[in-house]
Amino acid sequence: MSVPALEVRGLEYAYPDGTRVLRGADFHLHPGERVALLGPNGAGKTTLVLHLNGILTPDAGDVTVAGLAVQQGTLKEIRRRVGIVFQDPDDQLFMTTVRQDVAFGPANYGVTGAGLDRRVQAALADVGMAGVADRPPHHLSLGERRRVAVATVLAMQPEVLVLDEPSSNMDPAGRRELADVLTGLEITLLMITHDLPYALELCTRAMIMNDGRIVADGPTAELLADRALMSANRLELPLGFDPAFARRD
Amino acid sequence: MSAGHAHALFVHGHSRVHRLPAQVKLVALVVFVVAVVATPREMVWAFAVDAALVSAAAAVAHLGPRFVAGRMLIGAPFLAGALLLPVVGGGARVVVGGLWLSLDGLWGAWAVIAKGTLGLAASIVLTATTPVPDLLAGLSRLRAPALVTAIAGFMVRYLEVIAGELHRTRVAMAARGYEPRWAWQGSALATSAGALFIRSHERGERVYDAMVSRGYQGRLPQLDAPVVTSSDWVHALALPLCATVAAVVAVIA
Repeated sequence: MSVPALEVRGLEYAYPDGTRVLRGADFHLHPGERVALLGPNGAGKTTLVLHLNGILTPDAGDVTVAGLAVQQGTLKEIRRRVGIVFQDPDDQLFMTTVRQDVAFGPANYGVTGAGLDRRVQAALADVGMAGVADRPPHHLSLGERRRVAVATVLAMQPEVLVLDEPSSNMDPAGRRELADVLTGLEITLLMITHDLPYALELCTRAMIMNDGRIVADGPTAELLADRALMSANRLELPLGFDPAFARRD
Repeated sequence: MSAGHAHALFVHGHSRVHRLPAQVKLVALVVFVVAVVATPREMVWAFAVDAALVSAAAAVAHLGPRFVAGRMLIGAPFLAGALLLPVVGGGARVVVGGLWLSLDGLWGAWAVIAKGTLGLAASIVLTATTPVPDLLAGLSRLRAPALVTAIAGFMVRYLEVIAGELHRTRVAMAARGYEPRWAWQGSALATSAGALFIRSHERGERVYDAMVSRGYQGRLPQLDAPVVTSSDWVHALALPLCATVAAVVAVIA
């Protein structure tokens, strides 16, 4: 059995105002897996993500990335291994040009000069955005900003890519283009989404989170076809969408 | 909304002035302004030389006189203040157009207007030929404090985002019939400004999380290596050095 690319055990967390958000989350991802994290609003999905690279420190439980525990002395290496693409690309893209934004991560890890240029060009090419390197991020469409946001993380050559609602507010073409980018990446992927057809298309495995716990974990098509499970966790498929029909082997 | 505040001052072009590195142009601007300020106010010919130099730079950058004059209107309120100097100034007085005006005040007003106008015109040539991100990178290469350039960069980056949020808030208010005409009807606007501040603060926290997630440890990395040739320096400094020579001659004379 390989070492999990990401392992979360008994994670518990309460915000300073006392609101308990995580109540013992447990799961692990194997290298190369693409997994969707589903669940209703307020389930704790985004809070969980902020634990994966040590932005938040759990009250109990632990996170390990390829065998390396997330703790004070390992945060720098952990943040290189776990790349998080936040929900709003305007939070992710904070520099004045796309090139500077993509270079920001690797530069923080000491990559400079021609090596840094290569990283930036390769990451932008991976997401099909090589032509916008010198443009300000706020002059791009939402779809383009999402792809550039993915590039900012890919430039750090992470082992696990975590995406927080990557398809939200996207038009169909932008959604499709991002799906093409994500399916082309050979990387362990954890994707938070409310877009269930997107989860089915991109991830063979899904987990459902509710009330701070992982309440279901299995093949995406099977979970989506379980009406009782879906209803209990406030998940609904689009009208007329049949996960069995759309299932990809 | 997406017109691009970051490039609002920049005029696209491929002139020699456009192509000069930003740090070189910044140094040239500072040297020029210092030379203009150091020129004695009585040496009118020296200011004429400076005006000719700025006009030449604008011409090389393909910036027309009407364009530069239009942008210089921003300085009008400040320069108008100088017109009070002849009225309130002391010392000897002369009759100009039927008014008893202070001679020293007249020279003072001339100095403020001439030096302010020349400095403003040179700044317009710089900002019209250099995108804001390049200006910030230039400042960074000139070893301006990293914190200052970082704050300026974030301001440029998020100005449009926040302006967009403000615009959406105003549209939402107008859609519900809110059209304030008088100051005392503006409480909802004040409330929305407060909400905008909170939202911007929360965005700041999310941006910081995104930075930390990519290895930020309190110091922004230096991303742009300086690429400046001696030819760039010669071209950029030729103009301010002429102004400096004019100023030196004016001082000696």
